[in-house]
Amino acid sequence: MSLLDYLVVIGTMVGIAVFGVWRTRGIHNPSTYFKGDRTMGWGTIGISVMATQASAITFLSIPGQGYESGLGFVQNYFGLPLALIIIAVAFLPIYRRLGVYTSYEYLGRRFDGKTRLLGAGLFLLQRGLAAGVTIYAPAIILSAVLGWRLDLTILFTGLLVIVYTVTGGSEAVSLTQRYQMAVIFAGMVTAFVVLLIKLPAGLGFTDAAALAGSLGKLEAVDFSFDPDRRYTIWSGMLGGLFLSLSYFGTDQSQVQRYIGGASLREGRLGLMFNAVFKIPMQFSILLLGALVFVFYQFEKPPVFFNQATWQAAAQSGDAAAFRAVEEKFAATHGEKQEKIDAWMQAKRAGDPAVEATARASVLEWHRRSEAVRGEARALLVAADPDAKTKDSDYIFITFVLNYLPHGAIGLLVAVIFAAALSSKASELNALGTTTAVDFYRHLHKTPVDDAHYVRAAKWFTAMWGLFAIGFALFARFMENLIEAINILGSIFYGVVLGLFLVALFLKRIGGTAVFIAALVAQALVVVLYFSLTISYLWYNLIGCAACVGLSLLLQWVLGSRSPAREAGLS
Amino acid sequence: MKRAPLDAPNDNPADGVPPGDDEVTGLPGFRTWRRVYLFVFGCFVLAVVFLALFSRHFA
Repeated sequence: MSLLDYLVVIGTMVGIAVFGVWRTRGIHNPSTYFKGDRTMGWGTIGISVMATQASAITFLSIPGQGYESGLGFVQNYFGLPLALIIIAVAFLPIYRRLGVYTSYEYLGRRFDGKTRLLGAGLFLLQRGLAAGVTIYAPAIILSAVLGWRLDLTILFTGLLVIVYTVTGGSEAVSLTQRYQMAVIFAGMVTAFVVLLIKLPAGLGFTDAAALAGSLGKLEAVDFSFDPDRRYTIWSGMLGGLFLSLSYFGTDQSQVQRYIGGASLREGRLGLMFNAVFKIPMQFSILLLGALVFVFYQFEKPPVFFNQATWQAAAQSGDAAAFRAVEEKFAATHGEKQEKIDAWMQAKRAGDPAVEATARASVLEWHRRSEAVRGEARALLVAADPDAKTKDSDYIFITFVLNYLPHGAIGLLVAVIFAAALSSKASELNALGTTTAVDFYRHLHKTPVDDAHYVRAAKWFTAMWGLFAIGFALFARFMENLIEAINILGSIFYGVVLGLFLVALFLKRIGGTAVFIAALVAQALVVVLYFSLTISYLWYNLIGCAACVGLSLLLQWVLGSRSPAREAGLS
Repeated sequence: MKRAPLDAPNDNPADGVPPGDDEVTGLPGFRTWRRVYLFVFGCFVLAVVFLALFSRHFA
């Protein structure tokens, strides 16, 4: 990175944060601090919801996923539009009508205190631990590729977001996310334009797509019924529906983004904005990865994109063997490139038979090229058994650093930071609010004014931010724990959704039945997770169904609810 | 004092919204929320069809 790139990165990130602090200084009103500006329109709400989900990993990993596996991951989002419609119809009106600050506050009013604390506790556990991972994950990649100190990268990201999130709460988060999303959009458009410009002369988008498609990168929709297939239209629509319902409907980091605003109408339209644009957005990011793949068919890529790990292993292992596999890969890639050129010529000549033969040759040499990459990974593990052989997270950033002009590099690195800051801010805001409202205020019996709770929320937000930084700083020593924490989300979400569906639609079920049902359902999901090999999306459905089903059964066993409970609010 | 049911319309004047006003979309061509949701769902169906055709064309 050049001086210009650093100026772009630091200028945009610090500038947005400083602007956020300045605009939201002096907020003491709990409604504004917890829910944001009451004049907030659907555009701000919609962007805030989108920015909260789009973390740094979205822009590091998903292009890499498009490069390696193609467009299939887009199916994960097929359940999202219907989920957001359901939330707009059933969840949001309840939240606004009751004037709650957190989604778990609703559970307390509907059932009882212990159910509220269970929901809030599961959120704090899962999101609190994940908060460290979402700082660590992009920092480790940027540190490895750019040579930055990992601890300073983590501290810079974490402290910056703490400052404006603590100062301005939900309003600061929404305000800064507008500008962060603008940076993200500008960066992704720039990457697309530069990529298309850098494709070989005469290779247009159609030819590039044809090449990507022939090598299996453009299969976006899989109609298979095999439950072991990771991404299919069915797992996306059904499992993804329940995942999206839980994430957008019950996870405080999302709920807090849309329960404020000028009116119910603005919240609904903000959700519908995401329902319409989320799938095209994810498709675009995956397509970017597929086009990077096409680009690298004409420019030799590294045999292993995480060059820091590769070089370190080469120095500690058999350097000659590493050089040999690099040379073998270069030779194989060169042959493949010739076959691709021949295939392109055959396509233009319009001879189907010759084209089919040339295409088969391309596929064969692509298979050989992938086999050499497999040899490289085996060599890596032989030199360092602890080395990570998955390098897809480094593909896009490698392309950016090596092929984009200066200035644009800074912009794309700013995209990664903007995404990290925007999602992290929502997380910390939600963690601080939930701690303050669902635990501290709920359990604090001494009467105090609202400003006291705002101050408490600021302290809790800072506490969670420092916890996340601390966890990220020590996470490098606990790689398996990081993977476990990422799994937690897929295990917990279904049961939490079950709690809310019972609350909203099954009025006869009381707090005791649903509380016990949730605990049993959660245990069941954990057991099934370690017993089955199905796509993780299905656990959302399983957990939700188990919680709802067991609630019905337990309420039947316990008998009908008491008349006092029938009144609704506990 | 009897408590209002949880899902009853909220007549709290502090909310600042007259009863029933939440049903106004304010969007030209979409007078009801049902139409908005149908439009959104229609966009989703179009997206899936596009992706399926895109896959079939280039695969």
